[in-house]
Amino acid sequence: MMNAVADTQASSVGYTTADGRDIGEVILDLRNITLRFGGVEAIKDISFDIQEGEIRAIIGPNGAGKSSMLNVISGFYVPQEGEVWFRGKPRPPLKPYQVAQQGIARTFQNIALFEGMSVLDNVMTGRLGKMRRGILAQALWVGPARKEEVHNREAVERIIDFLEIQAIRKTPVSRLPYGLKKRVELARALAAEPNLLLLDEPMAGMNVEEKEDMSRFILDVNDEFGTTIALIEHDMGVVMDLSDRVVVMDYGRKIGDGTPDVVRNDQVVIDAYLGVSHD
Amino acid sequence: MPASLLYGVEVLINGLMAGVLYALVALGFVLIYKASGIFNYAQGVMALFAAMTLSGIMEGDIPFSHLINAMFGTQLHSFGWNVPAIAAILLTVVVMALLAWLVQRLVFRHLVGQEPIILFMATIGLAYFLEGIGDLMWGSEIRTLDLALPQGASLAIENATAVLGGDDFYGFFIDKLDVVATMVAAILVAALIAFSQYTKYGRAMRAVADDHQAALSVGISLNFIWVLVWTLAGIVALVAGIMWGAKSGVQFSLSLIALKALPVLMLGGFTSIPGAIVGGLIIGMGEQLFEYTIGGPFLGGATENWFAYMLALVVLIFRPQGLFGERIIERV
Ligand SMILES: Nc1ncnc2c1ncn2[C@@H]1O[C@H](COP(=O)(O)OP(=O)(O)OP(=O)(O)O)[C@@H](O)[C@H]1O
Ligand SMILES: [Mg+2]
Repeated sequence: MMNAVADTQASSVGYTTADGRDIGEVILDLRNITLRFGGVEAIKDISFDIQEGEIRAIIGPNGAGKSSMLNVISGFYVPQEGEVWFRGKPRPPLKPYQVAQQGIARTFQNIALFEGMSVLDNVMTGRLGKMRRGILAQALWVGPARKEEVHNREAVERIIDFLEIQAIRKTPVSRLPYGLKKRVELARALAAEPNLLLLDEPMAGMNVEEKEDMSRFILDVNDEFGTTIALIEHDMGVVMDLSDRVVVMDYGRKIGDGTPDVVRNDQVVIDAYLGVSHD
Repeated sequence: MPASLLYGVEVLINGLMAGVLYALVALGFVLIYKASGIFNYAQGVMALFAAMTLSGIMEGDIPFSHLINAMFGTQLHSFGWNVPAIAAILLTVVVMALLAWLVQRLVFRHLVGQEPIILFMATIGLAYFLEGIGDLMWGSEIRTLDLALPQGASLAIENATAVLGGDDFYGFFIDKLDVVATMVAAILVAALIAFSQYTKYGRAMRAVADDHQAALSVGISLNFIWVLVWTLAGIVALVAGIMWGAKSGVQFSLSLIALKALPVLMLGGFTSIPGAIVGGLIIGMGEQLFEYTIGGPFLGGATENWFAYMLALVVLIFRPQGLFGERIIERV
C-alpha cells in the first residue's frame, strides 16, 4: 500500500459539490486496468471511477500513463487486464468508433483534426453519429433527410457560437494557430453531444489568456450541458480550479485520488512532482 | 477552316472519348487510395471481372459451371434465360459490393497498419486471384457484351458538322458509343461528387481520407468505409468495363487499361478526383494529337503506346505530386 491517500471510495451515490452542482451515479468505472506495450507497463492495476456530471482530472508527470488511460477509455488501446464498466455494465472490448457511438467523445494530446476541411466541416463531421437517415435518402436529399440536415446545422452553429469561433468557421483548419485548433477539436467533440467528454491536455501550449478561455469553456460545457468530463492537465492551478476530483498517476500507478485539496496536500503526490526518487 | 485543322479537331474529340475511359479507371484508383492508402493494382482486373459477370448474368450462364461439371459429371451450362440489362447491371453491382466486402474481410482487415508496399503486393495477388476466379466462374472464352448501346458513326454529327469545312471535309466522324460513354461517365462522376459532398457516408469517406484517428474518434468505422470505397471502385470498374467491353469485347486485354491509368494518376495525382478526370482527358487527347501531328508523320506511328508515359514522366520531373495532387509536405 502506498500510504494514507484519501481514497474517495467509489461512492455509487451522488454528492453535491461546493459550488452546488449535483453529481450523479458512477458512469464509468475502471477496474484493475493493466496495459502493457511489450515489456513496458504503461498502466499498472489502476482502478478509479467517474461520476455523472463531475469534472475528473487525471494528473501526473510525463510518461505516467495518463494518455494511455484515456486511450483505454476511448477504445484506442485494449488493456491486457481489468474491466471497463460503463453505466453499470461491464463493457466488452469495443473499437474506438463504437465507443464514440456510445456517447463518449474525445480530443487528442497532439490534435487530430481533418486538416483538409474547414472549421465548419470539421464540426459537422463530429455530428455524423447523430445523423440517422439512410444512405439513399441522404443521396437523394429527400424531405426528412433535409430536415435533419437543417437541424444538424443549427446544432453545429450553436456550438460554434458557444466556443466563439464564428469568425473562422470557413477557414481551413490547416491555417489555424495551435490554440484555435484545440478549440475546434473541442467543438467537434461537442458536436456529438457526448455524455462523457475526454480531453487530453486541452490547454497544452496555450498562453494565459487562451487557457482562461478554455477553462471557462470547459466549465460552461459541464454546467450548461451537464456533460461529464475527464481531463488530463499539467497546469496545477487549472486542475485545482476546474476539477471536482483528481486521479494522480506516476509510472503507471495510481498514487492519489480525491478532491483537489486532499490531493494537493498529499505527501506521495508532492514527492512524485518534486521528483523524489522511487523505490 | 482548312480541312487538316478540322481533322485535327476530330482527332482531339476522339482522344477526349478515350480519355474518358482512362479517367474512369483512374477514378477507381483514387477512391481507394484516398481512403486507405492502398494502391489497387487489381482495378483493371476488377473492370474485366465486372464486365464478365455482367455478360454472364445477362446470358443466363451458370457460374462455376465448368467446375461443377468436372466435379459431378453434369452437363450444366446455362439457366436458359436471359436477364434484362438493367436487372443484370444491378445484380453485378451487388456482386461487386460482395467482392468489396470479401476483400476487406479476408485480406485488408488483416493488413491494417502494414507498409504501403505490402498492401500493394496484396493487390497484385488479388489481381491474379480475381482473374482466375473470373475464368472459373464464367469461362475463359472471349465474351460479347450487348447492351444495345448505340454504336457506329453518328450520321447526325457528321452531317451537322460537314458545313464547317470546304468540299474536302465531310464532317466529324464520331462513334455514338463514345458519346454515350462520355455522358455516362459524366453522370457517374457527378453522382460520386454529390455523394461525397452531400451525404453522411460521403462525409465519413472524406473524413477517413483525411485522418484515420480523427475519423475513429467521431464514430466512423474504418472497415465500413473501406468496404464502401471498394464497392464504389467496383461500380466505376463496371462502368469502365461496360464501355470498353462494348467496344472491343470482354477479354483479357480489358484488364490492361489499368496500365493506361498509371500515367493518368501520375499526371493528376493519386489523391485528386478532379485530377484523375482532367489527367485522363489530357492523356487521351494528348496521345491522339501527338500521333496525328508528330508521331504519325515523323516517328513511324504507334506512339500511343508510350506517349502517355513520356508525358507523365515529364510532369513528374517538374511537379512530383502531379498537376492536382496535394502538396507533399514532410512532417517533422
Ligand atoms: N503506442 C504505444 N506504444 C508503445 N509504448 C507506448 C505507447 N503509448 C504509450 N506508450 C508508453 O507508455 C508510457 C505512458 O505513456 P503516456 O503517453 O500514456 O504518458 P502520459 O502520462 O500521457 O505522458 P505525457 O504527459 O508526456 O503526455 C510511456 O512509457 C510511453 O512510452
Ligand atoms: Mg499524454
